[in-house]
Amino acid sequence: MSRGPALPDLPAWELRTLYRRRETSPTEVLHEVFRRIDANEGRIHAYLFLNREAALAEASRWDGEVAREDAPSLAGIPVAIKDNICMQGWPTTCGSRMLEQFKPPYDATVATRLRRAGAILLGKANLDEFAMGSSTENSAFGPTRNPWDETRVPGGTSGGPAAAVAAGEATLALGSDTGGSIRQPAAFCGVIGLKPTYGRVSRYGLVAFASSLDQIGPLARDVKDAALLLQAIAGWDPADSTSADVDVPPFAERLTGTIRGLRLGVVREFFAQGLDAGVADAVRAAIDTCRELGASCEEVSLPHASYALPAYYIIAPAEASSNLARYAGVHYGYRTPEAADLETMYSRTRREGFGAEVKRRIMLGTYALSAGYYEAFYLRAQQVRTLVRRDFAAAFERFDALLGPVTPTAAFRLGEKVDDPLQMYLSDVYTVPLNLAGIPGISVPCGFVGGLPVGLQVIGRPFDEVTVLNVAHAFERATTFHAARPPLAHPKNSPSLAPRDGPVDREKRRAQTSEDSLG
Amino acid sequence: MIDDLAVAHVARLSRLELSPQEVAQFRAQLGEILAYVRTLDALELGDVPPAAPAPAAGGVLREDIVGPCLTQEAAVANAPAVLNGYFAVPAVITDE
Repeated sequence: MSRGPALPDLPAWELRTLYRRRETSPTEVLHEVFRRIDANEGRIHAYLFLNREAALAEASRWDGEVAREDAPSLAGIPVAIKDNICMQGWPTTCGSRMLEQFKPPYDATVATRLRRAGAILLGKANLDEFAMGSSTENSAFGPTRNPWDETRVPGGTSGGPAAAVAAGEATLALGSDTGGSIRQPAAFCGVIGLKPTYGRVSRYGLVAFASSLDQIGPLARDVKDAALLLQAIAGWDPADSTSADVDVPPFAERLTGTIRGLRLGVVREFFAQGLDAGVADAVRAAIDTCRELGASCEEVSLPHASYALPAYYIIAPAEASSNLARYAGVHYGYRTPEAADLETMYSRTRREGFGAEVKRRIMLGTYALSAGYYEAFYLRAQQVRTLVRRDFAAAFERFDALLGPVTPTAAFRLGEKVDDPLQMYLSDVYTVPLNLAGIPGISVPCGFVGGLPVGLQVIGRPFDEVTVLNVAHAFERATTFHAARPPLAHPKNSPSLAPRDGPVDREKRRAQTSEDSLG
Repeated sequence: MIDDLAVAHVARLSRLELSPQEVAQFRAQLGEILAYVRTLDALELGDVPPAAPAPAAGGVLREDIVGPCLTQEAAVANAPAVLNGYFAVPAVITDE
């Protein structure tokens, strides 16, 4: 490869340019991506299922078409799909023993739309069981590791998709975000992660966790790619009654890279106690960058922000306890081999099929909805949700978008929080409020702490992904953080090792690379 | 605030068999999580309306027209036990 970054590290829009010029082909790109996967999956474990032969066959079908002017927007682009999104005939495990053998009889709407856009679907990416967790350690099939440091988590629950994109094991990926599950792993893995407005993307075929909060969204290596992927999947769907019948703007075309005159609010409560000093410094520097780009940045208060997380940990488990009632060993999934009567069959199937965090949330949600506790917990939490929404609505009367950190810390170590659920929950403290309010947010790389990526969160009005994407795009154009690639994923002596002027200490990068090399 | 009996009651409502170790573990963990959730009690909520489950999307009912759907064969293809095209389960009522 003589043209700088290797093919697996190029964004989709650059691959599309190379395709048009006939400088490479989907088959060549797929081969390079699978080489990257083969070199790294043993350590990273981003995927639960790879569709290698079918993907290569699909790529060869596109080889003759991708140079055409009228080729669809993602023609020949390799995409990973989080394993809680249904694909007909593919395993869709949700990271759970309960669905280990499950093969959906239909495609999720997003999968149909991606195929229509020409994307090549590579396989299913790892996640916390039923998208419950913050580290991907709750997968029944083993954790995913952070490509920047394999002793650390990639975040969760879309840890597989984020790690795959960071490591060049996919060009793009689809994740889902119920309380931060796209944005937090994107921040931990140094990629872009966008949670769209609730209703922007059809949830048909997304395995339900908390239906009033769940939303599918893109993970990508730059903002333009995230915009292209969002555009391919967004829009009303008759199969999802909560999908919104609103116009889908051409997101990528709307990226001006200019934020002069934009009014940005800096969320005061997101810089309070618990925020790592290094993360705070990186995010503050990012806010200064936005100021230098001509935006006005002033502090804004979301008075109820600190109540969002406790409210979320009632509402989300309550919805989960209802949604997961269907896993009872009757219609699909695991059934215990030993149960003489129906009641025992249900209870034992669920005991054997679910992992600890899923059981914990079912119990918590059932408790919050049970007689005598409904008013004290569930109803109160829904009232608080109203206050959180009002806070955002008031802030958006004064500001075009809001800024803050994505996570309180950079990626933590594997095993560090698995035995302390409450500590694990606290890593969602800055992401959860958006889900309660149903509004869009993005994580864009904005620095490093001890060699680990940090994310800046840009928060927007309902259905104003255009502004969110454009702020992130302007920031990205003024900085190089998003272009830095994790050393772990790159074989020694690869010319692609030389980063574009990234902020990571180069000596350290070289040292790590030779240590981690597969040889 | 939450004892073994409460854990057992919720487990029963959840149709979830628990080992004695799990009962002890969940008692401690749920107690801690619920204590954290109780920080909401500091708020004076008065007549704040509860949030609608989802932002109102207007009329969401579709035309009552039959569309394509799964065949019976596809619908039961993932079932752990099937009998004559139906989902088969153990006895609902036992002899005792």
